[in-house]
Amino acid sequence: MNAKQMRKNKWQTTIFFILIIIVTYLSTAITKFNFIDSIATIPAAFSWIFSNLLITEESLEKLPQILEKLGETIFMSIAATTLAAVVSLFLAIMGSKTTKVNQTFSVIARFIASFSRNIPVVAWSLILLISFGQNSITGFLALFVATVGFLTRAFIESVDEANQSSVEALTATGATYFHMISKAVIPQSLPQMLSWILFMIETNIRSATLVGILTGTGIGYMFDLYYKNMNYNLVALITFTIIIAVIAIELISNRIRRVIL
Amino acid sequence: MEMVKELNPALIKRKRNGQINIKSGNKIDAVVKWTIWILTFLTVLAFFVFDYTGFQIERAITETIHNIRVMFLEPGLSHFSWSEAVYQVGVTLGLGILATIFGAIIAFFLSLMAAENLSKSWLSNTVRIVVAFIRAVPTVLWVLIFAIAAGLGSEAAVLGMLFHSVAYLVKAFSESFEEVNPGIIEALRATGSSWWHIVVNGVLPSTFTYLLSWTFLRFEINFSVAVAMGAAAGAGGIGFELFMASGFYFDLREVGFITYAILVVAIVLEIISTRLKERYFPSSINS
Repeated sequence: MNAKQMRKNKWQTTIFFILIIIVTYLSTAITKFNFIDSIATIPAAFSWIFSNLLITEESLEKLPQILEKLGETIFMSIAATTLAAVVSLFLAIMGSKTTKVNQTFSVIARFIASFSRNIPVVAWSLILLISFGQNSITGFLALFVATVGFLTRAFIESVDEANQSSVEALTATGATYFHMISKAVIPQSLPQMLSWILFMIETNIRSATLVGILTGTGIGYMFDLYYKNMNYNLVALITFTIIIAVIAIELISNRIRRVIL
Repeated sequence: MEMVKELNPALIKRKRNGQINIKSGNKIDAVVKWTIWILTFLTVLAFFVFDYTGFQIERAITETIHNIRVMFLEPGLSHFSWSEAVYQVGVTLGLGILATIFGAIIAFFLSLMAAENLSKSWLSNTVRIVVAFIRAVPTVLWVLIFAIAAGLGSEAAVLGMLFHSVAYLVKAFSESFEEVNPGIIEALRATGSSWWHIVVNGVLPSTFTYLLSWTFLRFEINFSVAVAMGAAAGAGGIGFELFMASGFYFDLREVGFITYAILVVAIVLEIISTRLKERYFPSSINS
């Protein structure tokens, strides 16, 4: 690196930082974000959290009900992820460069994935809520649609990465298309795909809380209910059970991942 | 010679018909198989646990098809104007930008503490545990909890989103720092440079582009989080309009219009981040 280039780099960095500052300023203006206020809020918020978000014995009485709803939420996200994985597998095989049947199907598969991924899960849950009503199916479907989009993208990457030579070798022996998929492509990319599925289950439990608040199902509904009633002891308990559930699932999937990858 | 090792016949597992069992003892296969079985079982079980209050499948499906057709084929605005819509998208983008930029600045310092090659092990472990804890709480809960102290509005939304962004970026940043060539750090240390010198002159130049791409990837996520916060936590922006249109006015044409607006921004962001990924992370990196 010579001196001229270094000077040029320095200029680029300066311009870049100035741009960032301008963008930040514009964002604070449009959102009416008050920087000083928000810094002042942080200590207030934490002192509020530590003095109000306490789990009392009284609130522990509600634990069975909360655990039931938490269970529903966990089941919702596991079912949505697993079924979405099955659909995504088909879409990914159609969409991947190496295994596609023809160009039309590939484009359709990628389009479906992009469409369902880029409409946020919030929009899906609000759309589905209108016709499906306030029950687990609404939450399940909202998570399902969003997960299909995300997993298809991830699976396409895994299928693309699969070793080409085994596909070629099988094709050379005269194996059919389905043989090639089931004996060469899937066994190679399965551990990677499973890792993505586990990641998605973790993410979906968190999204399920959000979807629950919007559609009135599962643990999100419980949270919203007690939050609006200002029963903060129960809010604390619910938050705590969610943390435990998410961390437990993260630990389990990390162990599985360590073995299979 | 040692090359020709005789296989102990006792070690070769055979199937009942005498074929050599090539799959025996493969731990990976067993774990993969078991995970899939357990997930399938739980999925089937889930449908027995679900709460089906007010669920009528025929009505629901015909209505959804009708609703989706109205939404996507006849989008339109009735409660606000085009310029208002652009402004609301701007607010949502603004929330995402603020949470991402502040998050990246805080995450930078925390990840220096979390990177094993730049910090002490007790410090890095503490930061990691705190970050894992923060990440386990859903963003919407953070926003709602902050909303009690700060009142509903952009401050609570940005602070709540900030927590998750920091947690995500600390993980990504500290992993990039740990991949820095140890030779660079050692060479600088040998010249007697201080810790801060090592960071500024050794670690930053070789990781800067990674940090930027991770930050942008997070911005893509934060945009959809900001939409969600508008809808679920009253943080304003296009998400709030979406919530109003579907929950209060039941105006499907407006819901369709807003969905298209979100879709356009999200696809633009996705295209940019895919380019960035292809350029800086040639092999895909998990989450």
